[in-house]
Amino acid sequence: MNFSIYDFTSFTKWIDNALNSSMSPGWAILVELVIIGIVFIAFYAVIGLYLVLAERKVCALIQNRLGPNRVGPIGMFQTIADLIKLLMKELIEIKHADKFLFNLAPFIVIIASFMAIAALPFAKGLHAIDLNIGIFYLFAVSSLGVIGILLSGWSSNSKYSLIGAIRSGAQVVSYELSVGLALLSVVIFSGTMQLSGIVESQANGWWIIKGHIPAIISFLIFLVASTAETNRGPFDLAEAESELTAGFHTEYSGIKFAFFFLAEYMNMFIVAAIAATVFLGGWMPFHIQGWEGMNNVMDYIPPFIWFFGKTIFVILVMMWFKWTFPRLRIDQLLTLEWKYLLPINLMNIVLIAFIVLMGWYIK
Amino acid sequence: MELNQVMFFLLSGLILIFSVLSITSRRILRAAVYLLTVLLATSGLYFLLNYEFMAAVQLTLYAGGIVVLIIFSILLTSHISHKFEQPAIANVLVGGITGLVGCGVAIWSILEFPFTPTTQPALDVNMQQIGMHLMNTGHLGYALPFEVISVLLLAAMISAIIIAKKGN
Repeated sequence: MNFSIYDFTSFTKWIDNALNSSMSPGWAILVELVIIGIVFIAFYAVIGLYLVLAERKVCALIQNRLGPNRVGPIGMFQTIADLIKLLMKELIEIKHADKFLFNLAPFIVIIASFMAIAALPFAKGLHAIDLNIGIFYLFAVSSLGVIGILLSGWSSNSKYSLIGAIRSGAQVVSYELSVGLALLSVVIFSGTMQLSGIVESQANGWWIIKGHIPAIISFLIFLVASTAETNRGPFDLAEAESELTAGFHTEYSGIKFAFFFLAEYMNMFIVAAIAATVFLGGWMPFHIQGWEGMNNVMDYIPPFIWFFGKTIFVILVMMWFKWTFPRLRIDQLLTLEWKYLLPINLMNIVLIAFIVLMGWYIK
Repeated sequence: MELNQVMFFLLSGLILIFSVLSITSRRILRAAVYLLTVLLATSGLYFLLNYEFMAAVQLTLYAGGIVVLIIFSILLTSHISHKFEQPAIANVLVGGITGLVGCGVAIWSILEFPFTPTTQPALDVNMQQIGMHLMNTGHLGYALPFEVISVLLLAAMISAIIIAKKGN
């Protein structure tokens, strides 16, 4: 197959060589770190702002309304105005809170999602760090965000926050299992945990097609479990506004609240990107083995359009979930995970191991 | 100084400072957060050694698993206004002496061990090899300890359920 037209390896190598020739290697690494950090922060801000806008527009479409439509053309700049408002709001200090932990919690949530985004492959060679245990790393760092939620709930010294945090903790700890096992199914198929390797293994078809029924089961379980892991509706009972005001972030205001809000949307983007990379081929164009003509045409569409197209598709499905289903109760939530998803998932893993052993999938 | 060394001193400094803080803090949840920092810095050391598998295991098991459980149990049992009292002088003395002796033994054995620097290139940590060794029954195989540990965990889980169900 011909991937050379959109290979960013030479571009990143060129920057690396230019930096190394003009300064000492230590400084070159520091400058590269700063460049990558700035790129990701800018990316984070833009994606976060526009996901909030997309959520409001999708919600409006489903509820037969117009949604934001005053600031800019079709409300394009509404979330930027909201951000400016949030930046200028007063940061409320709570007298009987643990101030150190109270201020630390939003940063833990943000840093956890920032660590996850570093491992995502956006295109060939456009990859901040390509760990050989990529999937395991994503699984590991995605379990850190819940610590921030638990801390914020406890240190606010408020009953609503505490109940929200405990609900959220129970939810994330349970659904993490299903997320991990669903990702494991593709690791069995592709035989590697390196994200670039998983994407390369889908050059002759995406895993959801090549792995047929068990891969589709895994994909559906991953969608449900990751929606729950990111505390999104219909699993958003950690911030159920009718009973808990706003759950774990009730006591936060201004930019600290914005951090939680942004991290929630970025986590949605990250799980959608993981689903797109692992099951839907990531930046790999749609290929069918043997149809060389069509494959060559598909190769001309740039990889980041494929990547973002698939990611946006998964995000839209998750938004559709949120505005369609009513919120679950906590016992229903735990029943769903422990009595349905987990047993199905474990049986599915055994089935996949058997299928891979017999070679009953498209290689 | 090389960047590697800077990172090493940074991470070890974090580990040292936050280890001391986590045992001297009078507030239990803050102690748990300091412990979390120690565990994260330890996984940073593994990343520094290019041993990513161990680093991710450290993150999942300790930071994402055990610390979350600790924080969860603190959330359920302790109130925010609760602070530990200063321990008795005798306890501080005994604890301090034990700690110093343990520290001395550890440092002595590390200094005595003949570390020989190797010139061979670092080997890639191959996940397939780790998996093969874990499930291997032959030479360098870990199948038996693996199975024994899983039986132990099963027993622990069953006993936890029995304790939780007591009364019905």
